Amino acid sequence: MISESAAWAIFFLPIASFLIIGLVVRPFFNRFSKISAYLAILAIGGSLVLSSYALKSVLGHEEAIGWAAHEWFSLGGGEAFTFSIGIYMDSLTAIMLVVATSVSLMVQIYSMGYMKDDAGYARYFAIMSLFTASMIGLVMARNIVQLFVFWELVGVCSYLLIGFWYQRPSAAAAAKKAFIVTRIGDFGLLLAILYFFFNQDTFAAAGLNSLEIPDIHQAAVMGLIGTVALAWLAGGIFAGAIGKSAQVPLHTWLPDAMEGPTPVSALIHAATMVAAGVFLVARFFPVFSPDPHAGMTAAMTLVALVGGITAFGAATIGLVMHDIKRVLAYSTISQLGFMMLALGVGAYDAAIFHLFTHAFFKALLFLGSGSVNHAAGTFDMRYMGGLRKHMPWTYVTFLLGSLSLAGFPFFAGWWSKDEILAHAFNQGGVGLVVYGLGIVAAFMTAFYIFRVVHLTFHGEFRGGVEKKIADASAGVVRDGAVVTITADEESKRGEHVHLGESPVTMVLPMALLAVAAVVAGFIANPPFDLGVIQAHWFSHNLVMAQEPLLHFEEKAAGIEVGLATVASIVALAGILLSYWIYQAKGISTDRIAGAFPGLYRLLYRKYYIDELYEGGLVNRVFYRGLAFFAAGFDSRFVDGIVNMFGWTSRNLGRAMAQAQTGQVQVYGLGLSAGIILIVAAFIVWG
Amino acid sequence: MTASDVYLLSPEISMVGLAVLVVLADLIFRQKGVVAFLAIVGLAVPVAFSIALWIDIDGEATSQRFLELGQATTFAVDHFSLFFKFLVIAVVGLVLLVSQDYVGRFAKYRGEYYALILLSAVGMMLLPSTTELITIYVSLELATIPLVVLSAFLRDARSTEAAMKFFVLAAVSSALLLYGMVLVYGFTGSTQLSVIAERIQEQPVESIAFGAAPLLLGVVLIVAGFGFKMALAPFQMWVPDVYEGSPTPITAYLSVASKAAAFAVLIRVFYLAFGGLSLDWSIGFAVLAVLSMTVGNLMAIAQTNIKRLLAYSTVAHAGYLMVGVAAVAARVGDGPTDLGLGGVLFYLVAYGATNLAAFFAIIAIANKIKSERIDDFAGMGFKAPLLAAVLAISLISLIGIPPTAGFIGKIYLFNAAVRADLAWLVVAGAINSVISAYYYLRVIRVMYTGNETERETVPFSLAARGALAISAVGIVVLGVIPGYVLDVAQSAVGVIVGG
Repeated sequence: MISESAAWAIFFLPIASFLIIGLVVRPFFNRFSKISAYLAILAIGGSLVLSSYALKSVLGHEEAIGWAAHEWFSLGGGEAFTFSIGIYMDSLTAIMLVVATSVSLMVQIYSMGYMKDDAGYARYFAIMSLFTASMIGLVMARNIVQLFVFWELVGVCSYLLIGFWYQRPSAAAAAKKAFIVTRIGDFGLLLAILYFFFNQDTFAAAGLNSLEIPDIHQAAVMGLIGTVALAWLAGGIFAGAIGKSAQVPLHTWLPDAMEGPTPVSALIHAATMVAAGVFLVARFFPVFSPDPHAGMTAAMTLVALVGGITAFGAATIGLVMHDIKRVLAYSTISQLGFMMLALGVGAYDAAIFHLFTHAFFKALLFLGSGSVNHAAGTFDMRYMGGLRKHMPWTYVTFLLGSLSLAGFPFFAGWWSKDEILAHAFNQGGVGLVVYGLGIVAAFMTAFYIFRVVHLTFHGEFRGGVEKKIADASAGVVRDGAVVTITADEESKRGEHVHLGESPVTMVLPMALLAVAAVVAGFIANPPFDLGVIQAHWFSHNLVMAQEPLLHFEEKAAGIEVGLATVASIVALAGILLSYWIYQAKGISTDRIAGAFPGLYRLLYRKYYIDELYEGGLVNRVFYRGLAFFAAGFDSRFVDGIVNMFGWTSRNLGRAMAQAQTGQVQVYGLGLSAGIILIVAAFIVWG
Repeated sequence: MTASDVYLLSPEISMVGLAVLVVLADLIFRQKGVVAFLAIVGLAVPVAFSIALWIDIDGEATSQRFLELGQATTFAVDHFSLFFKFLVIAVVGLVLLVSQDYVGRFAKYRGEYYALILLSAVGMMLLPSTTELITIYVSLELATIPLVVLSAFLRDARSTEAAMKFFVLAAVSSALLLYGMVLVYGFTGSTQLSVIAERIQEQPVESIAFGAAPLLLGVVLIVAGFGFKMALAPFQMWVPDVYEGSPTPITAYLSVASKAAAFAVLIRVFYLAFGGLSLDWSIGFAVLAVLSMTVGNLMAIAQTNIKRLLAYSTVAHAGYLMVGVAAVAARVGDGPTDLGLGGVLFYLVAYGATNLAAFFAIIAIANKIKSERIDDFAGMGFKAPLLAAVLAISLISLIGIPPTAGFIGKIYLFNAAVRADLAWLVVAGAINSVISAYYYLRVIRVMYTGNETERETVPFSLAARGALAISAVGIVVLGVIPGYVLDVAQSAVGVIVGG
């Protein structure tokens, strides 16, 4: 059994690495910035070992390990003004810990190669350590205020990392966008927290503390919170999750977030930032589903529908993007939609299972895209091709990751996606609707990821960044628009493309993740006992800790062969279709696009949502409407008051300064005047 | 005087001994670093005695021991007074450390400089323990007179002027204080706080000539006397001139230790002696709080010199502290009574760490650029990133933004005031915090705007770096894990509000 101090060490190791790099290495030993990478990797490695131990400790326990909360500080007088911190360690926490630390470790090893020679090397590893630590703190939090602190820290770190190359205007803009868009969702979460804060008395009457997460679970199950309040609370929490996990309609920040260094994208998309939203819903699952026998609540229906629409919509956009990272970004949104969908239909375990497998293969795919960029100098797939011969390791690992994402039978993604779809189908009702959305999304997933494989690795090389810059200078028009180059590509102007495999620090983590992408699904949730590994240990342990979920488990235990076969056929069909179009050239892509010009433009423009937000909502409603009104109000009314205050304080200050003559006699006079003033105050009010 | 009496006074006695030793060592050693080293390391002795006393008292039922002279109880040792003794010694230690970068300006008088700081500290250590009016007065003078001398140490026009003003006004305030004490004595017939309290309870006010008026005037004059030391408005006019003219380490010392000791004695006098007073003195404190916050913040806006700016800021902070004192006095019903006092103690520690860090950073920066004008701090964010960062953090703490000590301190004080039905006072405090953000942030803006320039080396000794690091870490630690100090502060005030 893991001790509490060991559990705290999981969090404090990366924090220590952040502090040492930030306060010692970077200010004083920046010449030896290499140290920072070793420090960060060492710390996160230690966290991974301890996290695995934590997972081993919680397995087989029905109850979460309940370490008592520590008083953080108290404002005196009663529980209401006492803030405490503590660790809540159940199988959900432990699994999230393993996911976050293992992916982070791989990403940081990879970064040693990828970020080599970057001027901000030490800063990069410092923030990466803090980012990982924040995520660890978030999943371990026992107290809702504590959770919110780390929730915001995760947001801040992603802001710092997306805008890592802050000299580039596009990166700065993307960082801002990520922060502000997620902020909208955070507001919902904050409201939910305030509800708990202001209802401490209700909880206290039942002997519960409204800020402690286990107590909230209990209160929800006991029916201490009214149905309507519960629905609103679930809505607020889900709003936070929509922002962080990039669900429709707050998904727009995620594709732009690739302005950060590619390993950062891998971490954000796989294990930290976006996983936080899914985790949040899972953590507060009893609020969404207080009574397992009551079927899907309104909040769950909302979660399921948002998840289904996101899974479907993002996949359609992924079909037409040219930028390999953008395809992967939309793929992430889509897969997160699958997880939300699962939570919505009550498949708590399947959602986390998919989060688990997805973390490995999506991190792998992002690292692969970074490796490709390392060689070709661009992320634009129109200028890639044929890289298979030059980068065999990248190719093989990327292919394995793609098979896993596509849901190819017996790969990791197949197990988890299948379970989600099976649960949705069995749920019936709204479940069938989202099943339909999910199965079509699964087909498109298989198609678009193999489109990436074909365009990137097969065929002939199409010149990379050199050619793209030349095209841009010549003003070549492709796909209905003049080719423009990104800031990243601009920085490579004048360099020649040397195709070749990436260094071992980059290939090794990819290889390790590839292994996980293949076997993680089977090892985590085998359908039958495998020696020491029990059948379905993953789902079983997750569900065990959540008593209300038992109902759902009974309903869909094991993979139903019929549904699994359908899903597999769909995945294979997607892969074959993409082979037929891009490899066998069965049909020209231009002809397809030409046949449905409106649809193509709609998808390529991402349903015009960015335009809608920026042009319509932000520009018209907020800027010209609301802001115009507010500005008028501000400049006339508020400014008037402020100016009055300013004028008064300035003149008051001046008048007082008049008294500050520097003459001692005046000071003495002031003293006496003060005494008279106090006596007067006593006489008047005393 | 018995051996146990000596033991009760041991922190102060050892401090005096240390001061004498420093003067002697100054005669013997040519290398003045040795003298400084002796002064700093020697602080371990009073600290050790204070710790021993803390532990001893912890085991006793009353958690308090008194020193008696003849019939009079003059001196109390309890957690409350020891808390302040630790605070004063800590501040002295840090100020001595940072003085290493400053004493070059008066190289011939280094020994005296250290000794005077230590002697003044003795007065400040005595003050929180005093339970008798004459002792209070003597301790106050012991704390003040060395400070007057120290403020003249630069021996230039400004420094001399500062010392002269300080001296005259301190004398005036002492006179006011004495006059107040005389009135109280005339009314009650005793200088002992506990006896004064009894007499006030016993005597029906109607039976005395002029009613309660003489007592009221006496109380107000005492407040004025202490208010001078605490830099409360309207007794603050000496503050900017003296702060600007004095050597910066002395300014830092003055702004933290002197203020803390004055608050300690104010709390003890008002709780012990005037606790049973029928008139509600909290209203007077509330008025002083609002006045200090407002005057301090408004005047700070117009300042161009960083030391003058911090001088006015110290007036404003005395006002925030007064919110806590008023909150205790106005306690209503059966709510927790010790919140405000605990808050005051915590705030003094938090403010101490913050203000010291700010002044230490300013010493280093001003040494480098040879100027104390705020405009000349431009670009420091690039030239000396760490120093600028520490200054920025301490200014943020002065505003009261998390995760710093100032934030927790203000929450605690304001929370106490709200619970004492003084919400209007909290509103005034909050408005003032917003106003203060304007001039604090302006300094930060100046440091971080302008063209990015190369880093430059700033002459800054290891000792001073250590002092800066300790106070800067203190700001963050108190802001993130305040629980421990809060608990200690809470237990320290137990003896005051419980007794």
